[in-house]
Amino acid sequence: MNNSRRDTLRAGGGITLLMLLAAAGWLKPGVAAAQAWNKAAFDTKSMDETMKALGGGAPAQSKDIAFFSTPDIAENGAVVPVGITSSIPKTESIAILVEKNPNMLTAVFDIPAGTEPSISTRVKMGQTSNVYALVKADGKYYVASKEIKVTLGGCGG
Amino acid sequence: MADPMKIRANLVGDSTEVKVLMSHEMETGQRKDAQGKTIPAWHIQTVTATYNGKTVLSAQWGPAVSKNPFLSFKFKGGAKGDKVQVTWVDNKGDKRTDEATIA
Repeated sequence: MNNSRRDTLRAGGGITLLMLLAAAGWLKPGVAAAQAWNKAAFDTKSMDETMKALGGGAPAQSKDIAFFSTPDIAENGAVVPVGITSSIPKTESIAILVEKNPNMLTAVFDIPAGTEPSISTRVKMGQTSNVYALVKADGKYYVASKEIKVTLGGCGG
Repeated sequence: MADPMKIRANLVGDSTEVKVLMSHEMETGQRKDAQGKTIPAWHIQTVTATYNGKTVLSAQWGPAVSKNPFLSFKFKGGAKGDKVQVTWVDNKGDKRTDEATIA
């Protein structure tokens, strides 16, 4: 019996199966419904540009947006925990912006009804900067900011 | 295919707290390699979490989200034994879906 022919067949079969699985994954419904990535907004370099790309006017300062588990001083700018809670009614989305990063907009979270307007994640910061929490509620934009000091070099200054 | 996500979903009172740890390089497109060439950006662009076929959170991310991103959020409802699914898609079109059982 020709063993190498067997192996080739088996290997070939495996590849086909993988490809089928991959194709099935791509065609899964629901993924198509996921919103497109807003490239224009993520390319912006200033607050004004970001607001324009997101389709909003100047945001109002708000005391109803709170940062939680967010440090005042981050020792490692590559991993800065940021948590944001909005107590504004009808919060639709929460965005994180880092003022002195090459592109300000870091992340946008869409909050459907039933989900608490409170998210936490980790972001990268190039240097000490203001971090903005931009909240869209009932079609209007609100903002709060917090300065996070970044000490690179790891001395914990 | 990227490594699986670690997802934990816990029922706290009447809401479900979901914590996700993804495994992704999250290259910013700003760094340069030893030859001085820019390393192209490679990061997760969209994240969607669903519970019972209903979207409970969707997000758009830029490259400034940390490497191996962490995400936590809460939604009302959820029952023990039910599943929460999380999907991410990166800018190279790669995607991954994982699910966790609410505990």
